[in-house]
Amino acid sequence: MTHLAAGLPGIVYHLQDVVKSYNGRRVLAIDSLEIRQGEVFALVGPSGAGKSTLLRLLNFLESPSSGSLAFHGQEFSNGLETPLEMRRRVTMVFQRPMLLNRSVWENVAFGLKLRGQRQRDVDIQAALDQVGLSSLARQRARTLSGGEAQRVALARALVLRPEVLLMDEPTANLDPHNIGIIEEIAARLNREQGVTLVLVTHNIFQARRLAARVGFMLDGKLIETAAADKFFESPEDARTAAFVKGDMVY
Amino acid sequence: MLSSLVEIVILSLQVSGIALLFSTLIGIPLGAIMGLNRFTGRKVVIALLYTGMGFPPVVIGLLVYLLLSRSGPLGALPWPWVPNLFTPGAMILAQTIIAFPLVAGFTMAAVMGVDPQLRQQVISLGATARQTAAVVLVEARVGVMVSIIAGFGGIISEVGAVMLVGGNIEGSTRVLTTAIVLETRKGNFDLALALGGVLLALSFIANLSMLRLQGKAFDE
Repeated sequence: MTHLAAGLPGIVYHLQDVVKSYNGRRVLAIDSLEIRQGEVFALVGPSGAGKSTLLRLLNFLESPSSGSLAFHGQEFSNGLETPLEMRRRVTMVFQRPMLLNRSVWENVAFGLKLRGQRQRDVDIQAALDQVGLSSLARQRARTLSGGEAQRVALARALVLRPEVLLMDEPTANLDPHNIGIIEEIAARLNREQGVTLVLVTHNIFQARRLAARVGFMLDGKLIETAAADKFFESPEDARTAAFVKGDMVY
Repeated sequence: MLSSLVEIVILSLQVSGIALLFSTLIGIPLGAIMGLNRFTGRKVVIALLYTGMGFPPVVIGLLVYLLLSRSGPLGALPWPWVPNLFTPGAMILAQTIIAFPLVAGFTMAAVMGVDPQLRQQVISLGATARQTAAVVLVEARVGVMVSIIAGFGGIISEVGAVMLVGGNIEGSTRVLTTAIVLETRKGNFDLALALGGVLLALSFIANLSMLRLQGKAFDE
């Protein structure tokens, strides 16, 4: 673990020349990216652009093949193990939530149990209330609909009070009602608790609704990042402009 | 007659039960490690494990016999935990070697069958490596239980190894399978069949108990 002198206040993640390869095939190459404390940053782009890979790096599930990834100025790369207490400040809601074969309540309590925090029933209840699933607390999680399961996944993440919440296509294949609930909770988390949100989405309308800053990825590269207004109204790169316009970009 | 039958049944359960306990203690962690990790030489270990799953018990009996015999590498050692030939300890050792590859192999398959996404999501929620392995094992519990049942089935009905290393000594190392062989050779087919029935019943009751221990998982 290296302490970067450039660990600037307000910068949660700093990535420099980050490359991720699998079996010699380069799937991600980020020249430079900063994610700021308390912002909602959306990553958009077509399938296979490397968005989810980038999110896995930010969640410390994988380490970069080369380059530097710093979290609050502390660098984790070259296969260095991320300290547990650091990992636990970040959590992710995945596109396909995998719930444990237990009750909804136990699923929401799971992350707390991992941390040895067993006396947090009030928080679990509050998280279930927030996602509107209190009435299903005793139901087995695997009997839930897709939208309900994703709301459980969100509840089990937010009960941990993460500093950073990563969301990988959290509303893909969901109905408008569930999309609305999840977006509202995400926005409230950011607004009221200052949680930094990094959202990967195919849906540029969702990015527009939620994000303060947006990045466009293509072929593993970050083509452009800009404040949401600028990104959608006057993007600099022609490929970003085409994507925003709805043209086929791949 | 009845008391010697009870003695045989108790010894059979003791030997196979203790061997199963050791096999489970070795096999489940080994299977979990093999299923969850990728490392150089993993394929070789898996190939060895699969070979172990199909290894003829009588050959394992022979190897244990040679290991524990006076001129064997372990037989001359004064260590108290090395069992002597023709004792229940030697039979437990042989049966453990027979059963642990079965437990490990089936556990590995069960662990590998758990969606890798679940593992990632558990890690993302802040699990340590040990916590992640425990969660995956719990999720794979049907398969893990099958691995234990397979291990038990492999040893309770096994005759070659226990005959070789136990010697079928009355009142000391005679178990159900070796008693069946003896009674068949003596022409006491009725008794041999009755012992076979007891063996089948024991196996059935043991498997049923394990399923009950597992609770509702099989119904889900």
